[in-house]
Amino acid sequence: MTESTTAESTSPQVYLRIERLTKKFGLFTALDDVSLDVYEGEFICFLGPSGCGKTTFLRAIAGLDIQTSGRVYQDNADISALPPSERDFGIVFQSYALFPNLTAWKNIAFGLENQKLDKAKIDARVAELLELVGLPDQGPKYPAQLSGGQQQRIALARALAMSPGLLLLDEPLSALDAKVRGHLRHEMKQLQRRLGVTTVMVTHDQEEALTMADRIVVMDQGRIEQVGTPTEIYCEPDTLFVADFIGAMNQVPGKIDGNRLKIAGLDFTPRQHDIADGTSIVAAIRPEDIVPLGAGGEIAGGTSGENRLEVEIEDMEFLGSFWRVSLRNGAMGENRLLADMSINAVRHMAVDIGSTIEVELPADRLWVFPTAGTE
Amino acid sequence: MSTDAAALAGRPAAPTIKAKTSRDDRIMLGFILVICLYLLITLAFPLYAILSKSFSAFSFNLTNFEFQVDAGEGWSEPLSAAELNRQTGAYSDADLATSSDGRLSVVEFFPDFSFRSPTLYRIRQVNPQSSFLYGSERIADTEWHEYSSNDFRRIVLRPAAALGLENYRTYFSTPSLFRSIENSLWIATISTIITVSLAFGFAYALNRSQMRFKGVFRLVAMIPILVPSLLPGIALVYLFGNQGMIKGLLLGESIYGPIGIVLGSVFFTFPHALIIIATALAISDARLYEAAIALRASRWKTFWTVTLPGARYGLISAAFVVFNLVITDFGLPKVIGGQYNMLAVDIYKQVIGQQNFEMGAVVSVVLLIPALLAFTIDRIVQKKQVAQLSARSVPYEPRPNRRFDSICLGYCSLVAIFIVGLIAVCQYAALIKFWPYNLSLSLNNYNFEVMDGGGWSSYFNSIRLALYTALAGTLVVFVGAYMVEKINGFVATRSAFQFLAMMPMAIPGMVLGLAYIFFFNDPANPLNGIYGTMGILVICTVTHFYTVSHLTAVTALKQMDREFEAVAASLKQPFYRLFSRVTVPVCMPSILDISIYLFVNAMTTVSAVIFLYSPDTTLASVAVLNMDDAGDIAPAAAMGMMIFYTNVAARLIHTFVSRNLVRRTQAWRRQ
Repeated sequence: MTESTTAESTSPQVYLRIERLTKKFGLFTALDDVSLDVYEGEFICFLGPSGCGKTTFLRAIAGLDIQTSGRVYQDNADISALPPSERDFGIVFQSYALFPNLTAWKNIAFGLENQKLDKAKIDARVAELLELVGLPDQGPKYPAQLSGGQQQRIALARALAMSPGLLLLDEPLSALDAKVRGHLRHEMKQLQRRLGVTTVMVTHDQEEALTMADRIVVMDQGRIEQVGTPTEIYCEPDTLFVADFIGAMNQVPGKIDGNRLKIAGLDFTPRQHDIADGTSIVAAIRPEDIVPLGAGGEIAGGTSGENRLEVEIEDMEFLGSFWRVSLRNGAMGENRLLADMSINAVRHMAVDIGSTIEVELPADRLWVFPTAGTE
Repeated sequence: MSTDAAALAGRPAAPTIKAKTSRDDRIMLGFILVICLYLLITLAFPLYAILSKSFSAFSFNLTNFEFQVDAGEGWSEPLSAAELNRQTGAYSDADLATSSDGRLSVVEFFPDFSFRSPTLYRIRQVNPQSSFLYGSERIADTEWHEYSSNDFRRIVLRPAAALGLENYRTYFSTPSLFRSIENSLWIATISTIITVSLAFGFAYALNRSQMRFKGVFRLVAMIPILVPSLLPGIALVYLFGNQGMIKGLLLGESIYGPIGIVLGSVFFTFPHALIIIATALAISDARLYEAAIALRASRWKTFWTVTLPGARYGLISAAFVVFNLVITDFGLPKVIGGQYNMLAVDIYKQVIGQQNFEMGAVVSVVLLIPALLAFTIDRIVQKKQVAQLSARSVPYEPRPNRRFDSICLGYCSLVAIFIVGLIAVCQYAALIKFWPYNLSLSLNNYNFEVMDGGGWSSYFNSIRLALYTALAGTLVVFVGAYMVEKINGFVATRSAFQFLAMMPMAIPGMVLGLAYIFFFNDPANPLNGIYGTMGILVICTVTHFYTVSHLTAVTALKQMDREFEAVAASLKQPFYRLFSRVTVPVCMPSILDISIYLFVNAMTTVSAVIFLYSPDTTLASVAVLNMDDAGDIAPAAAMGMMIFYTNVAARLIHTFVSRNLVRRTQAWRRQ
């Protein structure tokens, strides 16, 4: 895997450098030799299924569970072995960990109070932070009197109180209901951009990662699978895991033969690859990339004309803004392809269960990945 | 960046990072080590002392002494004392087994000895492992020493100490001693069966009926916790003793003995069993009962297939707790046991009555075995009970059922009458002039100054002890629990601490008290100075009741968000600021619970402190025992009631303070 070039061309300054981090819990390797550069002001998301090591990674950066080996540099200083109290970060946990017996105001002021600041300065700072997170009137309330979303924002204000160089967010939105989550997602991203604070967030929610992150670090089994911008991760997955984890993906086993993709008796032009001839592979295509051409292919999709396939509509599922259609082709046996079709297309082509249409699998959207274990 | 396996293989392994410990962690480790040291000194070392004492036997090693005689014809060939004893048969084997204070006269080896004869005697030791006394002069070398016959009669041999099973051999070959094992097991088993059955019925009525006065019953059931275990014994004496009020009910059986011990044990262990069983019943899942109704199971069948299995861990746990309380209790069998020997009383008799410390240690070790077993099983069962708790279970809401509710009310009233009745009898006994001859009321029995037991100062000593124990104990226990819960790393130290903190629960009070004598009364111990002071009583009581307090603190701390410490560290705040600003206020209800628990127990405990009080630090609970022992039963009851009222007052203050504190510091709990 090659180093992804980053988006932020304005600030290519590395703020956080992680070198070959390994964390073992007994015999279990939670983090397996990972390295990563985080640039100043960047919003990075660690994304992966539970147990992939993303939280371990975050806690190692915070010094809460120090790595077994490997180094962490923040702002050019080696902080590898430092306890959390000697590092420079603010943190928001999934539980928010707000002190229940202190008001929102006192929670935010907690870190400011014994910094030899006079009371007026502290009050001004707390008021500023409450303003910043959009809760200027909620200072006197106890956490239990605040809604989940408000608690989350107070926790964020507390984490930002000491103007840390690094903001760490451990699944900060996952305890909220969907609507609040969508709203806060946007707000947090705005706030982060405004403050320009380098931010690392852990999440298992791909939508969250795709909408908020400047770059996403996809992790699995203690390793980094891919690092890239949301579009890179979504549109150009490096591995089958990434392709499968982010978004929906059709997967059909096949074989590379003379630079052609063979699936059962069918023959396709795959996307560019460097897989040796004769290798068993998994072919993959996203449902929304399958282009419906109508019965007999009479509707031209502006495509190359190759990779066409005659399919029978086996099942249709209405998902609101589009149809998810299950396609069957006799030569592919039990394998089904799922295709997303717009309501318009379905209406135009009179797609219905049992009818037969032609679809195209665009070559640059048709990935081939080595079958797991044959790397 | 690469995660390619081939590329990785070529790279050398990165060096291991040794995490730098933070200042907070170092301070916390310091605290843990201090409290570990405290538990080692106040628990582990004394227990080691008692164990080694039980294995140290003293005997006269006759082969080690040699004698020569000069009856005017020059010195005879040296003869060992063993040889002389064989010839004369002066001492039997039983005579030669002894305690550390043993002395053996040497003239018995010489049948024709006369202190007026001109015969000269010589004595020496072969090895310097024992000694002999000339008058009070101790001689331990291996030289020959020559004495005239008049001086020779002042020679006594001293025993040699050796590690061995001698004490145990003696114990198990003395029927009056080892029979106590059977007695103790028997009494504990019977009491356990009765108490657990009664408590289950009571808990069932509280949980599953809609009877009235549930609050009153709950309060009444807790009364026995507030009095020393020997108080029901005194009440039973008044009821069924030789001049008892309703003696006839026993049909000629004596209350002094098994009947009295069992009745009293049921009284004082009842609340302990009730708390555990009521908790077990309270967590049962209403959905199971709905299912049973849907399946048309009879009420009887539901009871056997849903209720009992659901409460089984509670029942088992309660059984072992009760068993342990009964078998280790000392006050009750002392007061009402009569000639019926129990292990805990044997320790007292051996140590105080016969000054045979080694045998006291042996009985202690014997008593430790069932106590440890019961404790271990209880711990295992309690773990399972926790695992059974499900966050999704729905609490059971009983429906009114007139017949069932009346039965429950009747049953609970009977139990309540038993409990209140015994206390009322004590109060009555304390207030009348002279049972059964002069029934006029008076406060004469409260004139403790004219009785054995230390007078009113005993009572005030007890209050001092209870206050100190509550203060010092709560501080040590809560700080210790906090440190061990929240420190990062140091896994070995933490497990060692947790083990030490669990240990006191398994150690009977009598054993702990005796262990303290061996450990702290040793002149070689630099802490010898606290022996006989209030300090050792406080330390002993804190340690004795450490485990339950520790578990209460740990439970409260586990309910705190694990990430508070991480947040505080990220905000560059030392842990002690978090501790004082957040942890202590949030845990205040539990902290107050720990302090009242320690206070009440310090007021009522007898077993551990019975060996440790001095004339300046006599205690109320001990005074009850001593006055009863001296025949002043009415004043004993009066003092017992003083303890009861003090504990009631303490509980009321505790409730009042808790409410107020909660109102001020826990405003956040109210939405």
